[in-house]
Amino acid sequence: MTQPFATVVDIARDIASGNTSAVEVLEHHLARINEREHDIHAFNLVTTEQARATAQQVDADIKAGKKLGPLAGVPIALKDNMCTRGIETTCSSKILEGWKPPYDATVVTRLQQAGAVMVGKTNLDEFAMGSSTENSAFGPTKNPLDTTRVPGGSSGGSAAAVAAGFAAASLGSDTGGSIRQPASLCGLVGVKPTYGLVSRQGIVAFASSLDQVGPFTHTVADAALMMEVIGGHDPLDSTSLPQPMPSLTSVLGQGVTGLRIGRLADMPDGCEPEVLARMDAAYAALQAAGATIVDISLPSLSYCLTAYYLVAPAEASSNLARYDGVRYGMRVETADLHSMYGATRAAGFGAEVKRRIMLGTYALSAGYFDAYYGKALKVRRLIANDFAAAYEKCDVILTPTSPTVAFPLGDKTSDPLTMYLCDIFTIPTNLAGHAAMSVPFGTGAHNMPVGVQVLAPALGEPTMFRVAAELERAS
Amino acid sequence: MSNASSAPQHSTALPNGWEMVVGLEVHVELDTKTKLFSASPNRFGDEPNTNIDPVTLGLPGALPVLNKHAVELAIRLGLALNCTVQPSTFHRKNYFYQDMPKAYQISQYDQPINIDGFMMLPGDVRIGIERAHLEEDTGKSTHIGGTSGRIHGSDYSLVDFNRAGVPLVEIVSRPDIRNSDQARQYVAELRSILLAVGASDAKMEEGSMRCDVNVSVRKPGEPFGTRCEIKNVNSIRAVGKAIDYEARRQIDVLESGGTIRQETRHWDDSEGRTHTLRTKEDADDYRYFLEPDLVLLDPDQAWIESIRASLPMLPAARRAQLATLTGANKESESVYVIVERGQDEYVSAVAQAGGDAARALVYVQQAFAEEGSTPKVAASDIATLTQMERDAKITATQAKTILSEMVANGGGDPVAIAAAKGFEALDTSAVEAMVDAAIAQQADAWSKFCAGEEKAMGALVGAIMKASQGKADGKVVTAILQARRTQ
Amino acid sequence: MSTPPTGSNPARITSEVVAKVAKLASLQLSEAELELMTSQLSGMLDHFADIDKLNLSNVAPLAQPFPLKNVFREDVVVAGVDRDEVLAAAPAAQEGRFRVPPSSGLGEQ
Repeated sequence: MTQPFATVVDIARDIASGNTSAVEVLEHHLARINEREHDIHAFNLVTTEQARATAQQVDADIKAGKKLGPLAGVPIALKDNMCTRGIETTCSSKILEGWKPPYDATVVTRLQQAGAVMVGKTNLDEFAMGSSTENSAFGPTKNPLDTTRVPGGSSGGSAAAVAAGFAAASLGSDTGGSIRQPASLCGLVGVKPTYGLVSRQGIVAFASSLDQVGPFTHTVADAALMMEVIGGHDPLDSTSLPQPMPSLTSVLGQGVTGLRIGRLADMPDGCEPEVLARMDAAYAALQAAGATIVDISLPSLSYCLTAYYLVAPAEASSNLARYDGVRYGMRVETADLHSMYGATRAAGFGAEVKRRIMLGTYALSAGYFDAYYGKALKVRRLIANDFAAAYEKCDVILTPTSPTVAFPLGDKTSDPLTMYLCDIFTIPTNLAGHAAMSVPFGTGAHNMPVGVQVLAPALGEPTMFRVAAELERAS
Repeated sequence: MSNASSAPQHSTALPNGWEMVVGLEVHVELDTKTKLFSASPNRFGDEPNTNIDPVTLGLPGALPVLNKHAVELAIRLGLALNCTVQPSTFHRKNYFYQDMPKAYQISQYDQPINIDGFMMLPGDVRIGIERAHLEEDTGKSTHIGGTSGRIHGSDYSLVDFNRAGVPLVEIVSRPDIRNSDQARQYVAELRSILLAVGASDAKMEEGSMRCDVNVSVRKPGEPFGTRCEIKNVNSIRAVGKAIDYEARRQIDVLESGGTIRQETRHWDDSEGRTHTLRTKEDADDYRYFLEPDLVLLDPDQAWIESIRASLPMLPAARRAQLATLTGANKESESVYVIVERGQDEYVSAVAQAGGDAARALVYVQQAFAEEGSTPKVAASDIATLTQMERDAKITATQAKTILSEMVANGGGDPVAIAAAKGFEALDTSAVEAMVDAAIAQQADAWSKFCAGEEKAMGALVGAIMKASQGKADGKVVTAILQARRTQ
Repeated sequence: MSTPPTGSNPARITSEVVAKVAKLASLQLSEAELELMTSQLSGMLDHFADIDKLNLSNVAPLAQPFPLKNVFREDVVVAGVDRDEVLAAAPAAQEGRFRVPPSSGLGEQ
């Protein structure tokens, strides 16, 4: 696939070498935003002025001969659930509309230190709950490849921003597939790192034991570079892994010779035939490149959806309880405290968020805890055990990222369960805390992109990126 | 709070053979520089909302990180309460309240850090400690308008989050307490232990130590009755009063054919009674679940042992040691007082310097109430003073005068002070001569005294003391008079 | 809440239970929302009954992906946030504090 837009690696190199300037690169991207954003709605906020100031600073640093960060001058978009000091952070929710955090998320600080230029905050399904970015309180984002279709979700704005050339890369968050699925639907690389590899500090929590931040990029090399910038231990996140961030940019050329690629022996129903055809092509390509294909099974795979849709809402019901109209965000004034809570939260949250808060509250409540939340945690153990057994036989597993290509807007909004089924292949990784990424691998129905998902065990990113790079070469 | 609270007082017996069953839940704020899960200051009395940060305010995206020193203090306390320190976890306790920024409190639930301890009270009474777990404190509201700042009927509330996230240990006793004396002794002893190990400043008046009391009544041997939990019991005195009130209230209800409802009650100290706060029926459903933002707390054995090794001698052991040294009863008020003031080492230093330990105990209790654990007066000088009195070189009254002067001047040589004041003790033959002179002068009093009228001795002693200008030792005078009478 | 279920998932969720859950979650729901929520939650819970087939009696729950332990910070003060900045963004503030409507009950410890 030829690349319509400049990559992170190219931009960083050209700015550092003086072939172009940070301001010039930024203006190109701002021009594209001006041109297409009204059709796409990738952003909740375009931070034009701050971006120009940062770009000018980068150019001044270059002139002054200062040492540059690896992303110096690269325009990057952030999902609007990442705290940015003094810049509105809404989670696409009315309840947080207008809220300006007094602090930066760790990943934001790391991007800044690397010289990145933040161009804006991207749209998402409210509080990252959804698979199409249609649940935003500020209206849906459209797929830049076909604006009648969804970009996927919940990080649909971040995916669309990169796919439309508004930013060279973006960050999303992935709780059950919210990076990988939109990456797949928009023809991008999207990475869900091992749980704890990237700091969650300053990321507005959806489901704390599942959430991870990762990049959207056009290329695997860009993703590797972004991971190296944002990854690594953070003392402000107690669940941050103590291990040093492994090098990923250095492994991309190592090939896949001798690697064992796991193939699901029994593929769940519901995949489009074109998607399955691309999977066969992917296995064949890796085999041709020297890998072996081994059949594996994940017997608990079909139960993951249930486990996820109990665990994630349970945690969310607690994480979202803080939006109570007392300290920040929206308040509906009423005569007493408890009716203020009820009215504020009723007016501030959208339907899907309410549904999940209700489901999660129910799953945790007295009398139902063991039957729902307790059981879901046990199923979570089963899938982790399944993966452990599978990784005895193989180094990575290949699945589709999404059973379908991007679907039309409004297609799945009436029945929440249909929407939940989009996540069938992505959820297990989050439950286990493992690494996974989506790599574009040709097109399927309606000439829309198909993504192949590479799954790896915890901290298996180097191997995962080798395989991803090989798929990219073959696509 | 005074030491007297720990000395036995008078909890009146319950009527008709009723017995009370009491358990205490005591919250103490740990003496750390920062909060349990954030680097915001843990400081009492600051301007509202100045000790806040994203974690304290529960801002979106903020994450907790456990304060190591808070853990160490919790372990110190646990070890001092004879607890087992075990691997522990944190849970979220979910409920909406204005003082609770995240709408959940991070607390320890089914795996607390300290379990299965005990505390000994006077009379070898053993009170079990079920658990002593870590949790975070809430913010604080001021209720404005309505009647006198109470929550009911107020117009609005103002919330200060300075206290939110301050590290707490909740110490939960077993229901082993059987009267209000024991309850008061338990709280006083817990406070002494907290101070001794440096875990908390334990100021009930500032709220850094707060008591909730569970009370039920039964006839001995019967199963436990339905209990009520009393909140807002903010002094040791109030602990005793609230328990006595509540037990009697429950007995009244039961004896008039009623039943006790399990409920939370509020102690009104000014009215001296408890009120219903809420009943079990409207109890919240806290939806406890493991806090996903925190990890297992599993202190290794080496750390625990190094904390154990660094523990100071605890109040009970110090009282026993002081009692042995001074010959006093280990449950006597003076022993409690001296150990609570931390002056037991000083008494021991007096004895080391050759002083009389029993006299030193009395001197220190009487004269050093305003001094800390290291009085300014040199222990060796107190030792000398006790020797002077023991050897009858000065009288007890003179010794007291000298002691006052030493305390007032922050020290001094008792020999020199005695000399300056002319406190030279009279030798026995001189006293005997004065006694004989007094008998001659006060013949009437003498004959009454000889007839067994003990009061008459006063006039004789007074005359002798006057003649000696106070230099005669009262005890010696009395002894000589007694001897003369039986001759 | 009704009596705890044993073993398998409890009976169909009723609108009374949904109303109680909404109260716990501090979500004011209209009658129509309550009805829709009841039917949607019922549908989901029916689907989620699939895990009742599994024998989970000897399976340990997995609440977090990795067994990390003893993650601490030192007891050192770090500058927090500015009170005025935070209060300016609050829905209501007065005298350096957050202002809220009156509450009808006392909070928990």
